[in-house]
Amino acid sequence: MRKVKVRKKILIANEEYASKNRSFLKERKIPCLNVISSPGSGKTTLLAKTIEALKGKVSIGVIEGDIQTDIDAKRIRKAGAPAVQINTDGACHLSAAQISNAFHKLPIDRLDLIFVENVGNLVCPSTFDLGETDKIAVLSVPEGDDKPAKYPMIFARAAVVLINKIDILAATDFNVKKVKADISKLNKNTKIFLVSAKTGVGMKQWCDWLENLADNKRKKILKKTRPRQ
Amino acid sequence: MHEATIAQSILEAISAEAKKQKARPIAAKISCGVLSGINNETLKFAFEALSKDTVCENLKLNIKQKPIKAKCKKCDAIFAFDLHESKCPKCRHDDFELLPDAPLLLEEITFEDK
Repeated sequence: MRKVKVRKKILIANEEYASKNRSFLKERKIPCLNVISSPGSGKTTLLAKTIEALKGKVSIGVIEGDIQTDIDAKRIRKAGAPAVQINTDGACHLSAAQISNAFHKLPIDRLDLIFVENVGNLVCPSTFDLGETDKIAVLSVPEGDDKPAKYPMIFARAAVVLINKIDILAATDFNVKKVKADISKLNKNTKIFLVSAKTGVGMKQWCDWLENLADNKRKKILKKTRPRQ
Repeated sequence: MHEATIAQSILEAISAEAKKQKARPIAAKISCGVLSGINNETLKFAFEALSKDTVCENLKLNIKQKPIKAKCKKCDAIFAFDLHESKCPKCRHDDFELLPDAPLLLEEITFEDK
């Protein structure tokens, strides 16, 4: 018997695309947010309402990932933003190569911000780096308050957690304090917004955060393009 | 859920090395970070199914899950992060930075003697 040390990265193909995506976004100073949640948490409604609220302030493009159909991309276009639909045909997550292709189908030069709406799944999408600027987790009230404890991977890595459908809180046993404590245990710096995409509650704080994110990127460009004295 | 994709990549990597070494691989060591969401049994099952009738048939896959490391923001200590006890074991501070998860690595292959 003979042992050979290999030390080879297995998901190297995805990593290479992810770092390509990262430099693509960096060069153009466009933040890209990878939105991850269970199916039915209200990601698409949330994005549609966000696009409407930021109309004229932040120009948003969306990459939609679903196993089948282009229902979501149509909803996003109806809300007024360009959208590219990716169908994974059964795969449980989006890969960095798919995102790389989708970037070229968006009017990149007109955009201040890109959302990737990942396939509804709390497990696999958190493993596959897309080269995004940040991960955003959406947790909706009817899913229950034990999700951060049960699916720590995504909550440990998310820069922002949106607790959606907060309007029905009173009808459930969902404990906001417990969720906040569980998330903070995984990552003390996670920003948490309590929102209802349907009623609009809390959407202002979330949209302000996005506007600020897009603005900061723009300011950096202005600084860079200003001629040297 | 995505273990089959990963098993296929592992199979390709081991097969390529086997071709280079001109020998039959009988065991391989894989390591990954716990946050990579890989289930050992599922990965082994997928690998077993995919490796049938290939040079890797009957190969023993040994998977090691590496804990996620965190760095304390107060005392800079680096420690294995425990979901149930998320405090720095050295200074008990609770603000820390999660370090990148260990990548999925094909560490070592054992080949049969020629």
